[in-house]
Amino acid sequence: MQQHVINTQDLAFQLFELHKTEDLLRFDRYAEHSTETLQAALDLALKVAVETFAPHARLVDEEEPRFENGKVVMRPEVKRALDVLRETGLIAAGQSFELGGMQLPVAVAQMCSGMLKGANVGTHAYAGLTLGAANLILAHGSDEQKARFAGPMLEGRFFGTMCLTEPHAGSSLGDLRTRAEPVGDGSYRLKGNKIFISAGDHELSDNIVHMVLARLPDAPPGVKGISLFIVPKVLVNDDGSLGARNDVALAGLIHKMGYRGTTSTMLNFGEKEGAVGYLVGEPHNGLAGMFHMMNEARIGVGLGAVMLGYTGYLHALDYARDRKQGRPFGDKDPLTDQVPLIRHADIRRMLLTQKAYVEGGLALCLEGARLVDEKRYGENEADRAEAAGLLDLLTPLIKSWPSQFCLEANSLAIQVHGGYGYTREYPVEQFYRDNRLNPIHEGTHGIQGLDLLGRKVTMAGGAHYQALIKRMRRSITEASEIPSLKDNADRLASAIDDLVGATDAISAVRGAGEAERALANASLYLEAFGHVVVGWLWLRQAQAAQVGLDTGGPQAADFYLGKLKACDFFARYELPKVSSLSELLKEVDGTALDMADECF
Amino acid sequence: MKVLVAVKRVIDYNVKVRVKPDNTGVDLANVKMAMNPFCEIAVEEAVRLKEKGVATEIVVVSIGAKACQEQIRTALALGADRGIHIETDEEVQSLEAAKLLKAVVEKEEPKLVILGKQSIDTDNNQTGQMLAALTGMGQGTFASEVVVEGDKVNVTREVDGGLTTVALNLPAVVTTDLRLNEPRYASLPNIMKAKKKPLDGMTPADLGVELAPRLSTLKVEAPASRQAGVKVADVAELVDKLKNEAKVI
Repeated sequence: MQQHVINTQDLAFQLFELHKTEDLLRFDRYAEHSTETLQAALDLALKVAVETFAPHARLVDEEEPRFENGKVVMRPEVKRALDVLRETGLIAAGQSFELGGMQLPVAVAQMCSGMLKGANVGTHAYAGLTLGAANLILAHGSDEQKARFAGPMLEGRFFGTMCLTEPHAGSSLGDLRTRAEPVGDGSYRLKGNKIFISAGDHELSDNIVHMVLARLPDAPPGVKGISLFIVPKVLVNDDGSLGARNDVALAGLIHKMGYRGTTSTMLNFGEKEGAVGYLVGEPHNGLAGMFHMMNEARIGVGLGAVMLGYTGYLHALDYARDRKQGRPFGDKDPLTDQVPLIRHADIRRMLLTQKAYVEGGLALCLEGARLVDEKRYGENEADRAEAAGLLDLLTPLIKSWPSQFCLEANSLAIQVHGGYGYTREYPVEQFYRDNRLNPIHEGTHGIQGLDLLGRKVTMAGGAHYQALIKRMRRSITEASEIPSLKDNADRLASAIDDLVGATDAISAVRGAGEAERALANASLYLEAFGHVVVGWLWLRQAQAAQVGLDTGGPQAADFYLGKLKACDFFARYELPKVSSLSELLKEVDGTALDMADECF
Repeated sequence: MKVLVAVKRVIDYNVKVRVKPDNTGVDLANVKMAMNPFCEIAVEEAVRLKEKGVATEIVVVSIGAKACQEQIRTALALGADRGIHIETDEEVQSLEAAKLLKAVVEKEEPKLVILGKQSIDTDNNQTGQMLAALTGMGQGTFASEVVVEGDKVNVTREVDGGLTTVALNLPAVVTTDLRLNEPRYASLPNIMKAKKKPLDGMTPADLGVELAPRLSTLKVEAPASRQAGVKVADVAELVDKLKNEAKVI
């Protein structure tokens, strides 16, 4: 059997030849590591992904969790797989040694969970949410909260959730209504309803720790009046033992298009006396606290989208090599043998498009992961500040570009399979359904566009944006020296000029006080910007591949040639899209904005 | 009681194996390698014996190029105490492997040697048996259960007709079958600890063994793809074809 989680040559190339992850081992935090320990962790994660996660990905899609007698019933394979994550320590791979983690560089820790997502995103989500919730407590909680809740979460005894959305308030979090009343002993009683809470109830762990956004009685209206609370499903005694059931009730399960292995729940807090909650961090500062953690969480979302696209691509590639259909172009003789799908021009174009999207998306996520480490451990303040600024700027792209284009890769994987791809006999339709969530959750595509154009590009007087443009132009200068890359470098230079032109035109309109019009096409700006950045990463991949070819690098020659060809493809088939998008963006068009509601 | 476990680096079972275009062997360039699955079962059994207090030390040995150290480290992360790497870039055939292991046995004097029954690359199923013969130890091959009692080990073996149990005096050689146990995964903290465990390197010459392959490979080919069948009209035609075409009856 062949695994379809990742091309291990590409993983090694991206981590060690493109992103030079071993350079991070110079930081004290990673001094105990060597490339061997990093590789051993990646090998372990892939093994667990292939043996324990992938085999039941279809089962949990077909038999999604059920609500029976107030409890959630699901396939037993889910618990077994999550037990393996707990036993191997993969749940906390990136955490410090003293917290039971392996203190892995962010890129490696992200890849460990990324492979598990690609293998079975529905099962992995329970672990991913737990880590996110634990990180939130570690960043903003008291020592007592860290010991009582985050510790057992990192051990995998307690799982976690994020409770933001309410029936009437999704993207518009400022309108949420859940109330928290102090009761005088330092704790609070919460009352309110939450919806779309992933992993909100299950029998997989001893306890579930909900991270809940709610309002204090004296809260100012809007986003500045939201506080963050820990609300456990089961109360935890001072000695760490479990106490009484808290007033958190499962009101029902939501049935989704994909990600079906993960329960999506409606939770009622405080149907009776009020759910016991504990304030995390400062009052009214909950949203800021939560978004402080978002850069890393959004790399996780982007990487999840990449890995679903990646597994789809590997399935499509395998199918195209094996499945015989039709004859060579021009051969009309029905008695000759049929050729594999991969011999047909349109199939090759679709395969290369998928390769360009998923490997480009992977490079983008790993660039973000590297910036997280440089931001935290960089040698001097200036380096750390530059990394932090670039990470802030790139985060909406890291979340959104793969969510859009690796989803498109999943669509193309179905297309390569033809009619069979549309059936449930093949897994590619499930990857598409699973991946369709990613442009929606963790800040929709539209919100990411507003974040990029409305905040990040102009942040610090445009300094982060300028720093990125400068870095990209420096790469172009370097690549122009290499004959095989000159043409691609020129094409990227022209795409950057188009993007800068669009940015300037939009800024002028915004400067003139027409902010709504300036931001009306923000999601298209996000698309153009994403293509430029991924084009840049393809140029860097091609540069690293050329070095590998010239110096007899660790991967096969065909692999490096494939990288060079994929860079050509991206430069010729994808980068021109930046030009047409920029033409539109430069006009700061308001057709959709201006049309009267009645005319739709 | 000291237990010696032999492990082999082989092509990962998830890799689609491709024959080299010149038919001299399997293409191993840039292919993911891993510990032979039967060897994983051998390591697991040794670790379980240690957890039961039967084994006191587990020594893991591998033969091959420098990269074999990855598999030794994996075994150390799974619970072995120290490693021995016999380094050679030459091809090592079953008999040579057995001779090298015999030299290690003489040095280490383990009470029990556990090996996989075969490796998934060459599928020879010979090394354990040859080692037992060379050292004069008793052998329990295709083990599905291993119980150490005093100076004896009872090995339940999977044979064609079912199960058979042999009692062997220690020291003894055991080779593992698929159902002996379900190997655990190495944990991340143990991967870090394995880095600090001792790993001794040596060469076949250090052990006084000269590598001299006795078998030469003539040709390696991928299995022929299955041909389409034919439909027969009736039993008479089937019998006729079996008799005159296939010549099997």
